[in-house]
Amino acid sequence: MARMKFLCDAERCIECNACVTACKNEHDIPWGINRRRVITLKDGVPGERSISMACMHCNDPPCAAVCPVDCFYQTADGVVLHSKDLCIGCGYCFYACPFGAPQYPQATNFGGRGKMDKCTFCTGGPEADNTMEEYQKYGTNRLAEGKLPLCAEMCSTRALMAGDGEVLADIYKERTVRRGYGSGAWGWSTAYGSDDRGGAFGPRGGGAGAS
Amino acid sequence: MTKLLRLLPVLFVLLLAAPAVQAQFDQTPGPNAPTSKDEVQLYQTPDKLTGRVSIPDGKLGVLVQPEGREWREFRMVWLKIIAGVLFLGPIAALAVFYLIRGTIRIHGGRSGRPVLRFGGMDRFAHWTTAVSFLIMAVTGLVVTFGRTLLIPLIGHPNFTTLAEASKYMHNFFSVPFVIGLLMIFVLWVRDNIPERADLVWLKTMGGIFGKSGEHPEAGRFNAGQKGVFWAVVFGGGALAVSGFLLMMPFAVTGIGGMQILHVVHGVVAALMIALIIGHIYIGTIGMEGAFDAMGSGVVDENWAKDHHRRWYEEQLRTGGANQDERLRHHAAE
Repeated sequence: MARMKFLCDAERCIECNACVTACKNEHDIPWGINRRRVITLKDGVPGERSISMACMHCNDPPCAAVCPVDCFYQTADGVVLHSKDLCIGCGYCFYACPFGAPQYPQATNFGGRGKMDKCTFCTGGPEADNTMEEYQKYGTNRLAEGKLPLCAEMCSTRALMAGDGEVLADIYKERTVRRGYGSGAWGWSTAYGSDDRGGAFGPRGGGAGAS
Repeated sequence: MTKLLRLLPVLFVLLLAAPAVQAQFDQTPGPNAPTSKDEVQLYQTPDKLTGRVSIPDGKLGVLVQPEGREWREFRMVWLKIIAGVLFLGPIAALAVFYLIRGTIRIHGGRSGRPVLRFGGMDRFAHWTTAVSFLIMAVTGLVVTFGRTLLIPLIGHPNFTTLAEASKYMHNFFSVPFVIGLLMIFVLWVRDNIPERADLVWLKTMGGIFGKSGEHPEAGRFNAGQKGVFWAVVFGGGALAVSGFLLMMPFAVTGIGGMQILHVVHGVVAALMIALIIGHIYIGTIGMEGAFDAMGSGVVDENWAKDHHRRWYEEQLRTGGANQDERLRHHAAE
C-alpha cells in the first residue's frame, strides 16, 4: 500500500496560491478556515523561498496523540483524518501540531472554537465515501475516485506534489541531482522522521497508528 | 513587606512550572537531526519559523513550531503523572491518617452552646467558590484522563458527549468561581494576615499529631487555614488568569504562550486539587464539629475553645457567643 505524502519543492514554488484557491473551492471551505496556505520566507530579500503548507499527515501525528476524545485515525494510505462527530473543539491538536494545520471556525460563545477542520488529503472522513454527509463535513473524497489531492494537481510548477511517498522522494532526488544542490524537503524530517512508521516525535509512540 | 509576601506565591507557581516552561524556551534538535542545509534553519531559529502569508490572517505565517513536541510530552506524560499523583496521593495519605488518628474529637464533647462563626455572606462566598471549583476539577480531570480511563468503558460517542459538556461547564463555571474568589478575598483577608502565633501553630502542625489533643492558640483562622486561604487566592487567581487567556486564543498570546499557559494551568490545578482534598477531609470526617462552621455557620462553644480560643474570647467580648437566643434556634435547625 502506498504511503501518501505531500512534498513542496521550495525551489519551484512561485507563491501563486493556486493550491490554496483550489483547496478552498474544491471543499467549499468557509471563510476564515485555511486548510492550505503559502508561506514566504525572507520575503523580498535574497534567498526568498515560498512553501505551500498544510497537514503533512505525519507518521506519529501529535494531534492524534494529544486529542482528549481520540477522534483521529490513520487510513491504510497513511492519511491522518478525524471525526467531526467526536471532536469537541478543545484546541489541543493546534497546540501540538508543528505545522499549524488544525483550523477552527470562529464559533459561538466565549471559549469559541467550533469543531476542528484540516486538510484531509482529499480523502473525506469516516462517513461512507462520496456521500453528501461526508462532503458537508469534510469536503470531497478524491482519493476514493482514484484521484490525487487537487492542490497538487493544480500546481503549475509542480512544486507541490502529492502521492506515494517513495515516488515523490525519487522525483525530488532526481531534481536535486539535476539542480546540483541539495535541499531538504520542507517538513519531511518533522513529519515522517527517518522511518516511514513511528518515531518521528520522539521515543513515545501512541499516535493514531498505534491505538 | 506585604509586596514581598504577595510576590512569594507567584514565584512559587512559576518555580513549579519552570521545567516545562524551560523546555519551551530551550529547543534542542529531536532524534531526527537535520540532514541538509536548508532544514537546519528549522531548528536553529530560537523561535518558530515565521514567514509572510497573503491570506489576511497573520498567524498562519508560522511555518513550523517545534515547541509542540515539548507540549505533547507534557500533556501525554507529565501532566498525567503530576495530576495522578496529586489526586491519588492525598487520598491515600488521608485514608492511612484516618485509620491511625480517626476523627479529631471535641475536647469534653459538645456543650450545646452555639457560637456564630460564618454568616450568610461568608458561606455564600465559600460555597460558590467550592461548588465551581469541584465542578471544574472533575470536568478538567475528565478531559485529562477520560481518553485513557473512560473511553474503554463508555465508548467514543458517549465520551464525546461527556467531554463536550465538560468543556462548556469548565468554561462557564469559571465565572462564579472568580466571583466567589473575590468575595472570599475581600471578606477574609483581614483575618488571614500572618502573625507570630502562626509560627507556634506550624511548629506543632496545629497539634494534629499530639495525643493529648492540645491545640496551639489561634485567632479566627489558624496558620493552616491561612495557608489554604493564600493558596486559594493565588492558586485560584493563577487558574483564572491562565484559564481566561486559554479561552481567548490569540487575544493576548500566540500559540507558544498558550502552551505555557496550559502547563501552568494544569500544574496549578493539580496542586489545588491536592490541597482541597485535604481541606475537605479536615472539614468533614477529619474533625468533629468542623463542618458546622460552613454548614449552619454556627459552631459548638467547646469546638471554638478547642480550635480558635483567641477568636472565641473575642466573640465573648463582642457578644457573638453564647448570648444570642436566635443563634440557639439557628443551631437547632
